[in-house]
Amino acid sequence: MSEVVKLTAYLDGIGLIGPGLDDWPAARPILAGTVPYETRPLTVPAPQALPPAERRRTGLAIKVALAVGQEACAHGQLDARQLAAVFSSSGADNDNCDALCKVLASEDRHISPTRFHNSVHNAPAGYWGIASGAMTPATVLCAHDGSFGAGLLEAMAQVAVEGDGTLLITYDMPYPEPMHAKRPLPAAFGIALALMPTQSARSLARIEVSLADAEPDKLAEPELEALRRAIPCARGLPLLQAVARGTSEQVILDYLVPLRLAVAVAPCR
Amino acid sequence: MNSLWLSHFTAASCLGHGLEPTHDALRQQRGGLAPCAFETVTDLATYVGEVSGLDESPLPASLAEYECRNNRLAYLGLRQDGFNAAVGAAAARFGRRRVGVLLGTSTSGILQTEQAYRRRDPVTGALPDDFHYRTTQNTYSVADFVRSAFNLEGPAVVVSTACSSSAKVFAAAARMIAAGLIDAAIVGGVDSLCLTTLYGFNSLELLSSEPCRPYDADRNGLSIGEAAAFILLERPADSLDADAVLLLGAGESSDAHHMSSPHPEGLGAHIAMAAALKAAALQPADIDYINLHGTATPSNDAAEGRAVAALFGDTVPCSSTKGATGHTLGAAGGMEAVISALALQRGFLPGGINTRCVAPDIPIHYLTANRQASPSRVLSNSFGFGGTNCSLILGRAA
Repeated sequence: MSEVVKLTAYLDGIGLIGPGLDDWPAARPILAGTVPYETRPLTVPAPQALPPAERRRTGLAIKVALAVGQEACAHGQLDARQLAAVFSSSGADNDNCDALCKVLASEDRHISPTRFHNSVHNAPAGYWGIASGAMTPATVLCAHDGSFGAGLLEAMAQVAVEGDGTLLITYDMPYPEPMHAKRPLPAAFGIALALMPTQSARSLARIEVSLADAEPDKLAEPELEALRRAIPCARGLPLLQAVARGTSEQVILDYLVPLRLAVAVAPCR
Repeated sequence: MNSLWLSHFTAASCLGHGLEPTHDALRQQRGGLAPCAFETVTDLATYVGEVSGLDESPLPASLAEYECRNNRLAYLGLRQDGFNAAVGAAAARFGRRRVGVLLGTSTSGILQTEQAYRRRDPVTGALPDDFHYRTTQNTYSVADFVRSAFNLEGPAVVVSTACSSSAKVFAAAARMIAAGLIDAAIVGGVDSLCLTTLYGFNSLELLSSEPCRPYDADRNGLSIGEAAAFILLERPADSLDADAVLLLGAGESSDAHHMSSPHPEGLGAHIAMAAALKAAALQPADIDYINLHGTATPSNDAAEGRAVAALFGDTVPCSSTKGATGHTLGAAGGMEAVISALALQRGFLPGGINTRCVAPDIPIHYLTANRQASPSRVLSNSFGFGGTNCSLILGRAA
């Protein structure tokens, strides 16, 4: 098959959290280049949609995932219960992973039940279901540094094949030492995209994704580029930059060597 | 959905390496669970389904950076039943970019990390130099390993939704093929024994002290197993043998209820099974056998049983094969798809073993003995922590 397959969806909502990028409204002018980027520690809201008992059990990755997912739904005025969900992350609750490994390496291997159920890669998806009430399909992916691309490709395939509005939620968080030395992720980060099969009054842009060979686009702002390189889900930033600029353009996103994703972005308004 | 062909498949579990020993064990109702003596675990009174020979089977030098129990198990699986050659032929036929790799795992190579933590530098706390995160612990490791082993260049991903992981890969691969991104996919799952799951399920008081007894009135928890299951999924050939096995439908849902307990009424399970039937354009009466998730925990079997009874009544023969294999977690969906494919091809319904007295409060038709039959269509359930559900429907070509 020589024809390039293109998957199309309409981007109706965006959620974003990262250091110096508090949310999409704050990040948009920064990515567009009209407001300077200033790095600072990120603040992540507690997931108020969860019952208090569940909220207390959530670590940083879960908080980030829920925050960006909720922001994207609110932005697009979408009901999460009507959307399929695709979660993608290189790790999950990395603090929890470290804590479990420390206990399991000790004399007393008794671990807490909460630590165990939070250790699954799909813990954020589980909490998302509890918080949103969505009984729709939710998948949870990992492709190491290609996790954003893998998530975007699966979400676009869901929209194209199933015809379902699909919420892509990508997130990462740092490991504490000693894992940090082996997998240095500098900060937590999250990007959520609400991808719809048809255009609505709230559609921000039409996006078209295909497999490609070209080198991934870089960001001109050095500190943002450093985030893009260092954090798997931040490799989606060139797509958000194109949306922030409001111009029609094609960006190349990282995926798996030698494959990349070409994303054509056309503003809807 | 358009049907897809399981053109080649294989599995390794405590039942044996490959299809023939797996089939023999099922036919003889012989399980592979044994008292847990895994690694340094001496304090858990439970049974495990351990795959034999992994400790003596290092990876070849060309793939040494992937060295961990999970990838050893994957490598074992790839070399069975002509699977290697089948992937090579598919890559030659379709192109290396047109063969995807979509695999499920829950714990990946975490055992490597657990062991590395024991060898932390006593002064600095640093992990040892020979610990490689990306190629072992990272959840993507096994798909990366398989993609590298076959020198493939197409899309690849790990689905990690706990115990539904390697069922959901069928749905994801079907979407990729339907979208035209790939022509074939290696799907399935690999999950291996580790301390996290043994001590984790122990912390939840979900480990049985005997070989697990799915759907028994006195079921008292699960037995953990490990497995590698691989399936080559592609569009059906123009002419298929009658015993060719097809993926007819897949259904996915979420419980939206609790992190480690299923929806008590099995609502999420019901939605997933109904969605699979809809995708396959089938009615409940079209299903000849259900391979249950059937973990043998009190809550799973009660909830799943309610959902099955609500949708299928008490006429469709059902069983859980986890009494034989143990719960292979992220590999369970793939393992049980292979068992379902064997049932279709070789004409039998596997009775669930270890179950002495079928729970009288679960009104389904639970098989405890094998049955000679000619099933045309089977449904396989896989559910997991976080309330994730996936049901697959497989059928014979004719």
